[in-house]
Amino acid sequence: MTAALEARGIVKNYGHVEVLRQTDFSAEAGEVTALIGDNGAGKSTLVKIMSGVIQPDRGMLLLKGEPTVLGSPLQARDLGIETVYQDLALAPELGPAENAFIGRELIKPGWRGRLGVLDKAAMRKQAFESFTSLGTDVKDLNAPVALLSGGQKQSVAICRSVMWASQVVFMDEPTAALGVRQTRKVLDLIRRVADTGVAVVFISHNMPEVLETADTVHVLRLGRLVATFRAADTDVDQLVGAMTGSLDGAAP
Amino acid sequence: MSEVKGEQTPRQGDTPSSPAATSILTRVESVMPPFGRQVLRRATSSTPVYMLGVLAVLIIIFSVIRPNSFPTTTNASNILSYASTFLVMGTGITYVMIAGGIDLSIGSVLVFANVCAAKAMGAIGTDNVLTVIAGIAVALAAGLAWGIFNGLCITRLRVPPLIATLGTLGAVLGLADLITSGNDIRTVPPVLLNVETGSFLGINYLVWVSFAVIVIGGLVLGLTRFGRHVYVIGSNTEAARRGGINVNRYQLKLYALSGLLAGLAGMMSLTQFATTTISGHSTDFLIVITGVVLGGISLFGGIGSIAGAVVGLFISAVLVNGFVIMNVQPFWQQVVIGFFLIVAVYLDQLRRSNRDRP
Repeated sequence: MTAALEARGIVKNYGHVEVLRQTDFSAEAGEVTALIGDNGAGKSTLVKIMSGVIQPDRGMLLLKGEPTVLGSPLQARDLGIETVYQDLALAPELGPAENAFIGRELIKPGWRGRLGVLDKAAMRKQAFESFTSLGTDVKDLNAPVALLSGGQKQSVAICRSVMWASQVVFMDEPTAALGVRQTRKVLDLIRRVADTGVAVVFISHNMPEVLETADTVHVLRLGRLVATFRAADTDVDQLVGAMTGSLDGAAP
Repeated sequence: MSEVKGEQTPRQGDTPSSPAATSILTRVESVMPPFGRQVLRRATSSTPVYMLGVLAVLIIIFSVIRPNSFPTTTNASNILSYASTFLVMGTGITYVMIAGGIDLSIGSVLVFANVCAAKAMGAIGTDNVLTVIAGIAVALAAGLAWGIFNGLCITRLRVPPLIATLGTLGAVLGLADLITSGNDIRTVPPVLLNVETGSFLGINYLVWVSFAVIVIGGLVLGLTRFGRHVYVIGSNTEAARRGGINVNRYQLKLYALSGLLAGLAGMMSLTQFATTTISGHSTDFLIVITGVVLGGISLFGGIGSIAGAVVGLFISAVLVNGFVIMNVQPFWQQVVIGFFLIVAVYLDQLRRSNRDRP
């Protein structure tokens, strides 16, 4: 089976600092792939490369087996690669439905469309369908996002990305700022997102969360992919060992 | 928010039919307020509706104090004429402020356009419709040029809007003084008088112009993709950028729009007074910004509507008119408008902190 997204031999240097040294990575459709690693291991650089924010010095990206160059985040978006940023990038004064369509607003058909008139009803309907099919607890799609709880805001950002991601969704520490109950809900949501058939790449520091939510865990250390585990076959000690290098796990 | 219209609740038939999805659906629908309650909730939580009440109270107070001179048709048309230039400038500044910016230079740009149009029409020397059209074109071009200048300073040179437009506020007025050596141009083509006195359905042409600007401005802001992007930019610029919206291009367009409308207001003012009014617009920005903030446009962007701006601007206009009718010293207008601005911004802050409390 070809991976939804694969990176091969990615190299990235900042001056003399080697951030990524021949790193590989792959994420399967319909699975949650966790990417873990200590601070400075190169996680965020790798994710930035795979979402088009920065360009690698060497190496290649394959989208469904096809070699692909991601020139910009917008180009990555057009190819079905979405990112849920840590700051969520939501407009607090607008509602969840309005946020879901930022930059991709639907326009009415006919002459009103030519004048740029929004099809608010259609946008609300699509957002409502997406939000309910993912089972989020966001109730009022019209109230400003600022009125929602942290977990609900996270849900809005995740649902938005899923509405547009046909291939891959990157989630950068989606539970970092949440309480226990809200974390639970967001983790469930992440599982359901993978069940829709897209590849979810989940970046986290929290080992129990990773083991519980992910199917596959990739461990990055000093700019290299040092280990890949099936979440079902590993435990926290093994992950930490691979991250810190005290215990060299299964080589990739 | 301006939308008091009922939101369309999605129908159950359009949605996935798996049992789990249906149960979530019914749960969500049951907590969505029904049509009537939603309208009521939206109406009572909206600043423009409160402010409409304030406007009504002001009108009643002045009518009671001066029953013979305030509630008359002549005075109503006075208020409309007085408000017309402010409504035009207010529309431009509403766009700018919802996108999170500010434009202090509108009064100076008005004067500059005013002076350029008078000079141009004087230079042409004729007295017919074409002269007036030339004057309008010059005024609009002058306004647009300064708007673009503001926009470029803000987007290219990264000068904060407050400072960029404060700079043009001073510089542009100075240039207008240089062009005229500081003396108002009192000769305008007599044909302008026909425009000034002309009316359609009993309402002055200039007032119709301002109505047209408000209506088009309100529709574009409330209904189109352009308008939606203005809200997104004001609400979270980074989210707009990540959504693929070209923020710089929008900002340039919005300051250009504000300048263009200030230019139009300059021509309207020239028509109204049949003279340039160099020293008469130093506090225009104060009146307009106070008006739109009273009407619920947030200084911090992302919130507001043209309808709200109109209500707020009429509060300013009625207040000024009422003071004139009560023979209050004109200096008091400035005092009151200034304090109103502070109170309006305080209320805006209060609303935000209430809302942001989790």
